Amino acid sequence: MSATLYGLLGAALVGIGLFGLLVRPSHLLRILSFNLLGGGVFLVFGAVARRGAGAGLPGDPVPQALVLTGIVVAFAATALAVMLLLRLSAESAKRPDPS
Amino acid sequence: MTGLLADLLIGAAILALAAGTVTARSAFTATAFFIAYGLLLALAWVRLGAVDIALTEAAISAGLSGLLLLGAASRLAACPVAEERAPGPVLKALIGLCCAAVSAAVGYAILSLPEPAPSLAEEAMAHLSVTALGNPVAGVLMSYRALDTLLEAAVVVLAVIGVWSLAPAGGWGGVPGPIHPRIEQGPLALLARLLPPIGIVVAFHILWVGSYAPGGKFQAAAILAAMWLLAWLAGLATPPRISSRRLRLAISAGTGLFLAIGMFGVLAEGAFLAYPPALTKALMLAVEFALAGSIAVALALLVMGPPEPEDRA
Repeated sequence: MSATLYGLLGAALVGIGLFGLLVRPSHLLRILSFNLLGGGVFLVFGAVARRGAGAGLPGDPVPQALVLTGIVVAFAATALAVMLLLRLSAESAKRPDPS
Repeated sequence: MTGLLADLLIGAAILALAAGTVTARSAFTATAFFIAYGLLLALAWVRLGAVDIALTEAAISAGLSGLLLLGAASRLAACPVAEERAPGPVLKALIGLCCAAVSAAVGYAILSLPEPAPSLAEEAMAHLSVTALGNPVAGVLMSYRALDTLLEAAVVVLAVIGVWSLAPAGGWGGVPGPIHPRIEQGPLALLARLLPPIGIVVAFHILWVGSYAPGGKFQAAAILAAMWLLAWLAGLATPPRISSRRLRLAISAGTGLFLAIGMFGVLAEGAFLAYPPALTKALMLAVEFALAGSIAVALALLVMGPPEPEDRA
């Protein structure tokens, strides 16, 4: 039961994240929205893992391990995106926009 | 019944926080919502029976991401970046409809998953004794899908190289990130002295029990990185210059050792990343410890950012 519930929550998060990514003009908000989207995908995968419970385990360990690595990779990508954005802001502070 | 109620409450709160993040007016508010969302997501992982993921989510999403994003939000508020025009109301409504359709499609896929669910749990448990580990998730990470873990460790190293390469002119080779003055009073000064010894012990505990209980190198690395960042924020620990050979060795040692052991598997057992049965436990522990150290350093450096030009520092 809880697997389906969190799976549907993951599906909703995918939509919310995608919406924020497309609609919000703020760069930082886009990065956050992309992370919401990613979190939704992880939850869907987590729900699939939970459904595969067996052999005395609360869930299928293979998708669980993949989500674990995914979280670390998502963080690395987020950090790189944030640093790109900060460099952009430092550049635009140096050279004021002509418009 | 109480379980279902807890699931519904956690789910509703996560949904509300996600909606709050997307609709927030300021980047600060959005970031605050996002951190709370990360913490609640960790609870959702516990409810899904994935304690390993819950530990990682809490340490990385709520802890390290929070620090990174709050720092970025405050620096962006000081010198904002030019933004594109927001889409008009009609386009917004259309995008909303399309996103709702995507959610509905994913939701439909969830509801029509096959019964009984395909699972590798039986097989993972059946061969777990070969891996000399008691935690099936660690078994997957270190043995069955060791290649994924190796690539993931390499991605973290590459991300550090990517962040460093954003160093502005005159910054290359310098101390990473903004320089924090030494704080002598207040809660941060106290916590930065009090927490690291406890945090380091907790991290080593989580690293050690990871072979037979929830925990492992990623969780331990995130905690160690947080402890270093705490001391860095309080001005107690200045990170080494990025031109330092020792720092570069520390970042790449874990991935390098993992790769070397993988190649050793080719020679000894005839397959990449195959461990000789007599040495399995020792090799895995060596990789776990080396990776925990390297990932901890890399995660902290990702939050610190590239070096700043010397004249501003």
